[in-house]
Amino acid sequence: MYLTLIDYWTIVLLLLLVTISISIYFIKDLLHAVIVYGAYSLIMALIWLQMNTPDLAITEAAAGICTTVLMMVVVFRTSRKEEE
Amino acid sequence: MRDFVLKRVVAVIIPFISLYGFYVILHGAISPGGSFAGGIIVALSVIAFATIFGLDRAKEKLPEKILVWTDSYGTLWYVLMGLVGIVKGVPFLSNRLAGINLGVPGTLSAGGLIALIGIGVGIRVASTMITLFFTMMEEEK
Amino acid sequence: MKIRNLIFLLIILLAIFTMLIAVAELPPYGSPDNPVHNMVTERYINKALEETGVNNIVTAIVLDYRAYDTLFETIVLFTAAIAVYVTLKKAKGSEGGE
Repeated sequence: MYLTLIDYWTIVLLLLLVTISISIYFIKDLLHAVIVYGAYSLIMALIWLQMNTPDLAITEAAAGICTTVLMMVVVFRTSRKEEE
Repeated sequence: MRDFVLKRVVAVIIPFISLYGFYVILHGAISPGGSFAGGIIVALSVIAFATIFGLDRAKEKLPEKILVWTDSYGTLWYVLMGLVGIVKGVPFLSNRLAGINLGVPGTLSAGGLIALIGIGVGIRVASTMITLFFTMMEEEK
Repeated sequence: MKIRNLIFLLIILLAIFTMLIAVAELPPYGSPDNPVHNMVTERYINKALEETGVNNIVTAIVLDYRAYDTLFETIVLFTAAIAVYVTLKKAKGSEGGE
């Protein structure tokens, strides 16, 4: 199987996605977890763009930022540290 | 959060964010994007204003009465557009069957009811996001 | 405690194995004879411009062919906003009540 440059880019993006998803589990500070979730939505938007679906890319970028802001407000209103 | 440079930069940039949001809503028929993404971008401009200049000034600019109004009547507007089909004697939410002029493809008014529905859904999504943000921020004290 | 963690690890590995088998059965990405490319897709691609007058096929599907879905999606958004508003909003005259 012959891989082009765009395939390697996709593989790197997917590996980043998996790394971020796993790292959210280990982060104890909820504010940091929300920031990492923002990076997740950005990389997901890039993947949608690579799959030739610009509609979903725009919606994912906008909705990802909006939900990140809302979650950040919730973190500031409640406790920041995860309870053991 | 109340830095002078931040305030000036946001004051310059907010009209353009809002304009881009309305552009995405109105051009949903001929370019990528659509009412959902455009509505969220419009909401983000208001959220940026509220975070930098404070919630009280944002509520002066956008009173709660307007938010409740758009929240309630956005969905009703959609149903009203669907009732056009019923009035003409064809199924609910039908567009071409109802005999509506579809316009020239590639222009802003293309698609008959689609443009009108898109504006309604965009305002609806924007007001939902702004309401969620304002209500969650308000608990402070 | 150790035994319990080991059992959980085994269950998770089994689940991952099952998912990977399912992924291996998927048709190749972008191939022309995938099962998704049936009459429905053909109809949308060929007739969307003629039937709705809209260039963007996604908008044509979301706001015309599948208008019911979008209607109930907006109703879901309305319900979410109302739920948050009712739960978190303090009533005007009842400061410190309840």
